Formats: sequence, structure tokens, C-alpha cells
Amino acid sequence: MAEKGIGARVLRKEDLRFISGRGHYTDDINLPGQAYAVFVRSPHAHARIKRIDKGPALASPGVLAVLDGQDVAADRLGNLVCGWLVKSKDGSPMKMGKHPLLAQEKVRYVGDRVAVVIAETYHQAKDAAEKLIVEYEELPAVVDLAKAHDAPALVHDEIPNNLCYDWELGDKAAVDAAFAKAHHITRAQFVNNRLVPNAIEPRAAIGHWDPGQDAYTLYMTSQNPHVHRLVISAFIGIAPEHKLRVVAPDVGGGFGSKIFIYGEECVVLWASKKIGGRPVKWTAERSESFITDAHGRDHVTTAELALDKEGNFLALRVNTKANLGAYMSTFSSCIPTYLYATLLAGQYKTPAIYCDVQAYYTNTVPVDAYRGAGRPEASFLLETLVDQAAIELGMDPADIRRKNFIPKDAFPYQTPVALVYDTGDYARVFEEALKIADYYGFPARRAESEKRGKLRGIGLSCYIEACGIAPSAVVGSLGAGVGLWESAKVRFTHTGKVQVLTGTHTHGQGHETTFAQLVADKLGVPFEDVEVIHGDTDKTPVGMGTYGSRSLAVGGEAIVKACEKIIAKGKKIAAHLLEASEGDIEFKDGKFTVKGTDKSKTIGEVVFAAYVPHNYPPGLEPGMEETAFFDPPNFTFPAGTYVCEVEVDPQTGKVDIVRFIAVDDFGNVVNPMIVEGQVHGGLVQGIGQALLEGARYDESGQLLTGSYMDYAMPRASDVPFFEVVTTQGTPAVANSLGVKGCGEAGAIGAPAAVINAIRNAIGVRVEMPATPERVWRAIQQSPMLKAAE
Amino acid sequence: MYAFDYFRPSTLAEAAQLLASNPEAKLLAGGQTYIPTLKQRLAKPSALIDLAHIAELRGISEEAGGLTIGAMTRHAEVAASPVVKRVIPALAALAEEIGDPQVRNRGTLGGSIANNDPAADYPAAVLGLGATVRTSKGRAIAADDFFTGMFETALEPDEIITAVHFPKPEKAGYAKFPNPASRYAIVGVFVAKTAAGVRVAVTGAAPCVFRATAIEQALQSAWSEAAIDGVRIDPANLNSDIHASAEYRAHLITVMAKRALRAAG
Ligand SMILES: Cc1cc2nc3c(=O)[nH]c(=O)nc-3n(C[C@H](O)[C@H](O)[C@H](O)COP(=O)(O)OP(=O)(O)OC[C@H]3O[C@@H](n4cnc5c(N)ncnc54)[C@H](O)[C@@H]3O)c2cc1C
Repeated sequence: MAEKGIGARVLRKEDLRFISGRGHYTDDINLPGQAYAVFVRSPHAHARIKRIDKGPALASPGVLAVLDGQDVAADRLGNLVCGWLVKSKDGSPMKMGKHPLLAQEKVRYVGDRVAVVIAETYHQAKDAAEKLIVEYEELPAVVDLAKAHDAPALVHDEIPNNLCYDWELGDKAAVDAAFAKAHHITRAQFVNNRLVPNAIEPRAAIGHWDPGQDAYTLYMTSQNPHVHRLVISAFIGIAPEHKLRVVAPDVGGGFGSKIFIYGEECVVLWASKKIGGRPVKWTAERSESFITDAHGRDHVTTAELALDKEGNFLALRVNTKANLGAYMSTFSSCIPTYLYATLLAGQYKTPAIYCDVQAYYTNTVPVDAYRGAGRPEASFLLETLVDQAAIELGMDPADIRRKNFIPKDAFPYQTPVALVYDTGDYARVFEEALKIADYYGFPARRAESEKRGKLRGIGLSCYIEACGIAPSAVVGSLGAGVGLWESAKVRFTHTGKVQVLTGTHTHGQGHETTFAQLVADKLGVPFEDVEVIHGDTDKTPVGMGTYGSRSLAVGGEAIVKACEKIIAKGKKIAAHLLEASEGDIEFKDGKFTVKGTDKSKTIGEVVFAAYVPHNYPPGLEPGMEETAFFDPPNFTFPAGTYVCEVEVDPQTGKVDIVRFIAVDDFGNVVNPMIVEGQVHGGLVQGIGQALLEGARYDESGQLLTGSYMDYAMPRASDVPFFEVVTTQGTPAVANSLGVKGCGEAGAIGAPAAVINAIRNAIGVRVEMPATPERVWRAIQQSPMLKAAE
Repeated sequence: MYAFDYFRPSTLAEAAQLLASNPEAKLLAGGQTYIPTLKQRLAKPSALIDLAHIAELRGISEEAGGLTIGAMTRHAEVAASPVVKRVIPALAALAEEIGDPQVRNRGTLGGSIANNDPAADYPAAVLGLGATVRTSKGRAIAADDFFTGMFETALEPDEIITAVHFPKPEKAGYAKFPNPASRYAIVGVFVAKTAAGVRVAVTGAAPCVFRATAIEQALQSAWSEAAIDGVRIDPANLNSDIHASAEYRAHLITVMAKRALRAAG
């Protein structure tokens, strides 16, 4: 292992600039002559636009343009689209409501874009935006997901029952048969709370049309600049793809919310040409982020688990209603379907599973992928349901899991819900977690808490996820509109330094460090000599971006493949220089050696020869720069066991997490420190969902939790010191690195561990977020606590 | 923000004069409430009169056995003050729990009570201790008369709080159940045993800070947690919102009263 190669705890290269305030974010960019955009947004959840009078806004000082939906239509710009086609049970395609860049005819949620004002200064744009006259005819709003089907109002007039699709997966007949002969059926209803992504950097964009070159540049907060370029060209039609450059510089967090193609970024690009080529800048205010960044989760689910006498799982039946919000966001269709129901086997050998999902429009912010995306929803319901089954059968929650784990010799394992798990050893990870947690010593800790007047509980959660999205042919067959391979270019300079250009994007993940470690390891060059470049469609090869914990498993493997090409070419050059045959050249630790001799050339010498080819293999191209694309044969399947211990204050209902143990199988790990950091962040977000976070709308569709005064984000003091083990991996088989992905695990596994721990403490499952009042009320009604009195 | 003029007086007299002659002007203290209000364009003052450079509005001193604290004294200063910790430790503890470090380094006593946010902490201490609010018009307003309603006080439009005088209690304690998002009080209870009897002030629970007379009576007869056991708070006049129902708040008042009592010793 190189000193800073694979497996080393290397400090992050990027942190010096971030913690010293030298990061360079989109809002830090100011182009000469730039104008400012302010959006006029709908104050109503649902209304018809009767009239827009631009006059007073246009007359306001400094105003350069006021554009609305009619201007968008006049320029024949395309609608925002959902890129994954999901079909209903009857084979019909999902019903996609029209989503124009600026509202036309109707507004469909509070925050919907009605118009944009472009002015010389930001304040002039704000002033003018207030002067725009918009007359609305208010319509009744559809807010409650559970009532969307029969709501008197339609979000999209042409879509009956607000139903986008009614989809299913699994063998219904087999499931029904298993239920018919079950010894016991455990049933529960779940609400998976709606979350606001809250990246610390709000979305921002600067659009610039250069009249001289007739070319466009869009600086923006993106997790996937090439996907933005593709959609803005191919679907919106603002610029042809070869004339559009998308740059995503440092990005302060995404969690999914910066994957999507929103209207604002498109509008500033389009508007730049409308005002003759001056750059147009927009930065979301925090209150805009709350009402325009796609929200996450928001399911109502009924689930049933059939068991035999011994507690073996026979079948699982799940019905979910998923909230899409007012429009379909870029990937919104696949989150509650292919990224959700396919994970319902969990870590268990349940032989039959059936899930159907109805996705509804409501007059709320669009809902799409948020850290975990579909998988947290699946994991949460399965792991709380399994716990409930154990309680109902009088079993220890640990024992019911042991009984049902897929055994380690059963891999590759075909689940009843489409996926083939590659590797895993769930029981070993589970026992390791229980040992660290001293699971069987819990009663003594409970007794000690009781002495202090606290109710103590312990909860387990055994999550699984599918990462490294994904085999293009597979996602294509499931409806994806794109391929999900990844790309890399590895380029040596004359002086032996390395530039790595990746199609993924780093916005907190630490790619600049991890990928440099990878290359240092593979090519035997110093870590410090490797620079990772990303986030610019004019520099990097076409890539699909960063989400779904895919960057290392897919993008990292593309880097490996490019390194292999470099080595293969290097061998040719070394053979020539060393006057040996190519087949006799070995490469190791940065040196090409003639097998069995001490004759060698360093990679630096070989690279120099490639760029100064005075003595060079005839016919071989000079230069040392290789590009590779990688399309994985399968997903990767990170899995783990989380153990949470809580203390509940029975007087107030406040829950304190006193211990949290996470043992994860991420396959091989390149930088354990970064991986632990990713787990910490994920856990905090998962705990946030379990205890604190929850977007709430009132009946008229106003977001009540529209600021940090009302939307509770977790703080450092809300979580304990985590005990994290990431070295229990079974190497993945879909990539040569054996890596699985770690970015979402914490957010996927944590909620069930927390909620199960609370149930263990008070005897009742509390819906998320388990606020003090909810817990306090549950305590009042707990049969377990009444019995104990 | 809308455009406004900005004044930076260095004496109270100058500030009072500016306020009297600019009826649409607003005082700026720590700005923790008012700056966000301006940023959201919810207010359009003609001018801001910044009180930050008026030395006579700042400082903590002992007076008549109690404490006098200048209106522009920051929460962090009160929290860290050895004098406050010695004379009325409950007040320092209360200040220490306001918001977060940034807010405590900017927010002021005068700004807090002038604003009279229903969920703010200081109003509970001012009312619970039976403090007196001193103003630029030479008035000394008793706490019982000062907080008149939601975001409303007995101040006249052109009146400036100069200081608050807190008499020294025999014992006092404060306990708050913070809103997990904002850290303001969902319920905060300040209990004090004073020469004039027991005072219990509740913040966060209703549209305005108020005295919980049932708890006062119970504690008057016995200064003990057990005395509170029998007290039931009527939820009828309490707030119900997405953070807490009125019933839950009513329950929390008795729980927090007991914890405040424990803190008071
Ligand atoms: C994130 C956050 C969390 C917070 N958490 C808490 C909390 O937990 N508990 C709590 O109690 N408070 C909390 N606050 C409020 C904060 O502590 C301040 O008390 C409050 O913002 C007002 O004080 P200020 O000095 O900032 O006043 P400003 O915002 O400057 O002014 C507020 C109002 O008072 C008027 N005013 C100011 N000074 C005077 C004066 N001397 N005479 C007359 N009128 C005056 C102003 O004109 C204005 O109308 C929080 C604030 C924030 C932003």
C-alpha cells in the first residue's frame, strides 16, 4: 500500500480551502456587467392566472426585462421533464403534468415561478418584483396525500384523481397464498415524513450568452453538470449541447436537491440572451430554498408481514401512496418505485413480496430524491415492521432477525423483488454490532436509567441499499431515459504530474482526496502529484454525476480503467527503452521492470519519453492521457446493523440518544476517515428525520415550516458520539476495487433504529418525527407503561 | 431590505431627539429580531437609530441590593457576569440559554423586552422577579404593567428603554423547554421567592408572558415540588401550534415549574 494510497486515513485536500473561507461557490462568481434575477412566485397553492400586468414592474428603476410564461411559450422552450418512465399496472405510461419554466395558466404550489424580473442590481430587481401585478383566481388546493385520490380539485386538469401512476412489483398470487396459510400476520401503517433538503449553500446560477461566439455558459450548483447540459439542450432547447458549457464549482451540499433540473437555472440562461448577452445571476434566499428545492420522502404506507409459528417470514405485502408534489421532478417517478420496492427484501430471505404504489400530485413542492431516496422508506418500514412482529410473537428482536437473515453462502442472492445481491455476511455484521453495543447487558443500563427517572430503550435496524447506480441496460429496461455509466480521464504532464478528470461531482464527499489516493495507489505516484478536476463540462469527459452513492463504485472504477490503459501503454514504451519484449515488463509501485532483472524505468521516465518521443516505439502515439468509461454489471449492496439506545424523559417526552453504534459493510474502503465522516453525516440526517424534521403544510397549502425558526434541523448537541465500524466489508463484485458506496447508509438505517429504541422504551411506536409531544402522548397511552405502574 | 437612513447617536438624549423627530424611524439594538424582519421586507422604516454606541445604555451594576442592567447589555455579558452570577444566578443561567452564541453576542436585554416575543426568555425573568423598566422619559414601569400583549408593551412610540432594575430575590430559578428549531421557549417558567411573596412567570405558553397564580399560591403555602403536584393549568388560554398543543403546554408549565424550583434550590 502506498503511504497515502488505498486504505489510508489521508486528511482531505479540500478542507484547507473550505475551513479557511477560500472555497469558490457559484455566488462567489461575479461576471462583468452581470444583471440580477428575482423570481415572482405564487403566494397561492392552486390558482388560475387571470392576468399579468408587467407595466409597473417594467417602469421600475433599473429593470432590464420582465419575463413570464407567455414569453417562455413564445420562444417555444420545452417543459421540465421527468427522465424515468414508470408504467402503471395496466401498462399505461405515467401521466406527466406539463411543467413549464414559468407558470402558464395555473400555479400549482406556493413558490411556483410566475415571472422573473431582471434588473441592474439585486435590490432593483426585488423592488420591481413587488410591483408586478398578477391577478389570480384561487382554486381549492389538494394538500393531503391520503385524500388526493378523491379530492375535488385536480392539480393538472387533464389527470384524473391526481393519480400519476399505479405501479406494482412482485408476485401477488404467491404473496396472497402465503398470507392465506400464515400463522401470524403483523400489520402496520406508516407515515414517512416529508423532509426539506437544506443544503447549506442555497441554489444559485449565473447564465451567460456570449453573442460573439453564440455560445452559452451556465455556472450553477449542480451534482451532475453534464446531465444539466443534456436536459437544457435536448428538452428545454435553450442551446445546442456543443454550445453550452455548464460549470459547477464548489458546491455546498446537495443531498439530491442539486441533481434536478429546475426552472430557475434555465431561466437565467435564457434571459441572458433576452437582454443581449449580459450575464444574469440568481441566488436563492433561504426562504426560497424551503419552497423550491425538491423535498424528500412523504409516503403513507400500509404493510403486512406473514409469519409462521417459529417467526420465519413467509411474505410481505406493501401498499404505498407517494406524494409527487405539484409536478414531476427529474427523477421523481423512480424514487418510490424502483429505488424503493426493490429493497423490500432487506437482509432477509422472505420468499414472496408484493408492493404496489400509487403516486399522486398535490399542491405542494415537488418531491424527489433526498439522501437515500426510496431506500430509507423501504428500510424504515421493514425494520419497524420486523420489530413489531417480534414483539407480537414474544420474540427478542435480535432473534427474529437472526432467524431470517440471508445466509452468507446464499450469494449471489436473487430477491423476489428483482435485485440480485452480490455479497454480504449480514449475521457477522449483526453480531459485531450487538457485541459493541453490549446488547445483552442492556437490562442493567435500563435499571440504572430508571433510577434517574428515565425510560431507556434499545433499537436495532438492519438496512440494505442498492448503490452504484447503475447498469445502464438494467435501468434502461426499467424506464430510465439515460445510461448510468461513468467516465474518467487520467492525464500525465511532461513533468510526471497527474490530472484526473472525472464525470462525477464532489460537493462534500471528498473526491479530490479519495480519487487522488486511488491514482497514487494504482500508478505509484505521490498523492500530492495528483489533482482531481471536476464540475466543468468543457473540461471533463461526459459523466452522469454524483448521487446514489455511485461516485467511487462507478466513477472510481472508470479511473482505475483509465490507469490500466496508462500502464498498458507505459509497458510498450518501457519495453522499447529497456530493449525487452512488452510481455516481460512488470509494473509495480511506479516502476516498469524487466521480469527477473533489476532493469527498470520509473513511470516518470516513461511519461517523459511519451511527451519527448526521441527514442520511442515506432507507430505508437505520443502522449500519456487515457479516457475510460465504466458501466457496472450490477449495483452494489452496502448493508449494516445499527443499534440505538435512547433515554426518554417521561415528564416531557423528550428523547435523548445516548448511544449509537453503526457497523457497516461498505466492501473495501479507500479512506476510512472520509467514510466515517459520511456515516456521521448520514446518521445525523437519519436522526433528524426520526426526531426533529418534518415539513408541514396547512390546509390551504401554505408551508408552515418555511424557516429554521420552525423547521428543526439536528444540531451537534442532538446526537451522541457515534461508534462507527466500517471495516467489516465483504468486497463488492461489480467493480475491481470491491467498493460499495457509503454516502447514504446513515440516513437509510438510522430512522428505524431510533424509532425502535423509543418503542422499546415506552411500548408504543411513535410516528416520525418523534417530537416530545408525540412521545409524551404515546406514553400516556402505553399499555406497557400502564401495566408496569 | 428597503432603503433607510441610518443614525448612530452617542448619547441617549440625541437618540431620543432623533426618535421624536422621525416618527417612522426604528431603534436598532442587537438586530437579532429586527434585521431579519428588514431582510424579509416585512418592515419599511424611514431610518434606523442604532443604540450600540451609547455608553450610558450599557453595563451591569449593583443597586439597592439588586441589579441594574443597561438596555444595550448583551445576553452573553449577562451570562458571563460574575456580579449577576453572585446576586441573581438564575438571571445569568437564563441568559446563557438564549438562542446560540451568535445570538447571545448580539442580542440585548432592552431589545428582548421591547420586542416582547411571546416565546422570549427575558420577559419571564423581568416579570418573575418583579423588575422595573426604566425609560428615556424618566418612567419606571413595573413589570406587571409593562408586558401588555403579544409583541406589545407599555412603551410609547418614542420611548427608549434605558435599563432594567431587578430586585434581589431570596431564591429564584428558571427552566425552559426549548423549541428544537429556534431554541425559543415552548414553555419557560421563572419562579422567585421574594420579600413580597412568591412570583411565577410563564413564557412561551400564551400570547404574552403571564403570572401563573395557581402555582404562586401553591408555592406560597409550601416551597416544594410536591406543592405543584396538585396544580392543573387550564389550557383554554394557551397557544396551540405546530410545535405544541395547548394541553401539552399546560402540562409542561407544571413540569418546568418544578424544574425551576429545583434550580432555585
Ligand atoms: C436564531 C435566534 C434565536 C433566538 N433565540 C432566543 C431564545 O432562545 N430566547 C430569547 O429570549 N430570545 C431569542 N432570540 C431573540 C434575541 O435573543 C433577542 O433578544 C431579540 O432578537 C431582540 O433583541 P435585539 O437586541 O436583537 O433587538 P433588535 O432586533 O435590535 O430590536 C427588536 C425590537 O426592539 C426595539 N428596541 C430595541 N432596543 C430598544 C430599546 N432600548 N428601547 C425600546 N425599543 C427597543 C427595536 O426597535 C425593535 O423593534 C433569538 C433570536 C434569533 C435570531
